[in-house]
Amino acid sequence: MVKQMNELIKDFPILDQKVNDEQLVYLDNAATTQKPRAVVDAVTNYYYHDNANVHRGVHTLAERATAQFEDVRKKVAHFINAPSEQEIIYTKGTTESLNWVAASYGRTFVKPGDEIVISYMEHHSNLVPWQILAKKNGAVLKYIDLLPDGQLDMDSVKKQITDKTAIVSLAHASNVLGVVNPVAKIAKIAHKHGAIMVVDGAQSTPYMRIDVQDLGIDFFAFSGHKLMAPTGIGILWGKSELLEQMPPLEFGGEMIDWVQLQETTFKKAPWKFEGGTQNIAGVVGLGAAIDYLESIGMDKIENYEKSLIANILPELVKIDGLEIYGPLDPSKRTGIISFNLKGLHPHDVATALDMEGIAVRAGHHCAQPLMEYLDVTATARASFYLYNTVEDGQRLVEAIKATKEFFKNGIV
Amino acid sequence: MGLSRLDNLYRQMILEHASHPHHHGTLKNADHQLELRNPTCGDVLVVQVAMKASKVSDVAFSGSGCTISQASASMMTDEVIGKTAAQVEQMVVTFSKMVTGDSVDNVDDILGDAAILEGVAQFPARIKCATLAWKAIYQAIENDNKESTIGLMRHDEL
Repeated sequence: MVKQMNELIKDFPILDQKVNDEQLVYLDNAATTQKPRAVVDAVTNYYYHDNANVHRGVHTLAERATAQFEDVRKKVAHFINAPSEQEIIYTKGTTESLNWVAASYGRTFVKPGDEIVISYMEHHSNLVPWQILAKKNGAVLKYIDLLPDGQLDMDSVKKQITDKTAIVSLAHASNVLGVVNPVAKIAKIAHKHGAIMVVDGAQSTPYMRIDVQDLGIDFFAFSGHKLMAPTGIGILWGKSELLEQMPPLEFGGEMIDWVQLQETTFKKAPWKFEGGTQNIAGVVGLGAAIDYLESIGMDKIENYEKSLIANILPELVKIDGLEIYGPLDPSKRTGIISFNLKGLHPHDVATALDMEGIAVRAGHHCAQPLMEYLDVTATARASFYLYNTVEDGQRLVEAIKATKEFFKNGIV
Repeated sequence: MGLSRLDNLYRQMILEHASHPHHHGTLKNADHQLELRNPTCGDVLVVQVAMKASKVSDVAFSGSGCTISQASASMMTDEVIGKTAAQVEQMVVTFSKMVTGDSVDNVDDILGDAAILEGVAQFPARIKCATLAWKAIYQAIENDNKESTIGLMRHDEL
């Protein structure tokens, strides 16, 4: 059954509340999304009826828990069109996924003098692991420039990726600028030079259909909680030939094949990476979130968000003194709009909007090098998701105007 | 409701301090100085202190920040001049308690005009903005090295 977008809000009990005596408008979805009843129920049902540890019991509950745990792996593989569910590794989120690529693949294969190429728009979790790897292995960390409207500069891409490049790692969609990067195109360039292509899908996976084979990339990372699953569950997808060559990072229960006093052999991927008891309830919740998203359809979600932004962005552009970061062409954006009111710190703006019941993020968005590149200390950020409406956007526009007036006159 | 609640936080005196901060700049002969960063928003504040006869004789701050952090820094500089290190410490502790909603006696006597920032207690997300300058001067005075040092925002204490 195809759901009507304007009926979705009923599936999210948390959205039906007042904040500071105003109806809540939740526009902090790039930080984390709200969970539909279906996801909360799936987690509750799991704990009420099926909870057991996976892969290690012969009893019925253990069988049920294991079946659900491994079924979601198949579901995730289908969701991002991975060739095999054995390429799907459970992690606690995008940060851990990217750290594992850097610490396992990176530490093993990056040689002194090699280059690692990222961009100025990266989230700290797709920046710091590479910085640490570069220091450890004697590699050079290079940055791709941005165009004035916030898109990746393709000339800089071609200049920075060379035969010395071992790894290119880029955000699929920016958590600040709202742009979607042409990672398929860049993956071709990376491969031509013998580099692997890693993609941070934290902001793209909630928003658009992902096909890792079509993208032609080597690793893909995303978080469950940004697409309505619980916190603490994420995915690392990697090509099986690469995963096979990578050493595990956490040793202990679950991940071993055979342990002797002085030697241990490990399971195959993905299980060799999943040491210790996993976030099984989180996995179950992720499965329910994927079901929910697919019952709507990722293409429909992307189109809906595009239409929201096409409606709201022109209204924001009209506000005198409001600076918007990233492209002003709505067709080039995801549901994220970062902005600053001239002369006003984004924290003041966010507090004012909160008084109007509107939740936005203010700060550096874990992208301090990008803030420096944009020559700002911080920005405010409104990020929309599929349960937001045109009316939410209008509330934001009106509240920004009122905020501007408040600080101009010192009174409401 | 809505924005009218903002009056509790952004009192007129606070807005005036933020737009025309006092002691904003640098000192030539600072005895103590420290840079403190607020990792949640990226704000950076540098505080310099000159001492004479065991009292704060001059103070300056620089850096960017929100209305609350700038106003709080400006008020802090007004209030600490002429105070001993021990008195400054008492002010910092009092300020910290006030904005986190603890009841404290004699707030007006101890903090002077800066007591107007007590409204911050109703806005928990903004407490760190208000305390940044006070933590900075406390750590600056603690720091005997005349060279500028980068302090760490300590979350649990003071």
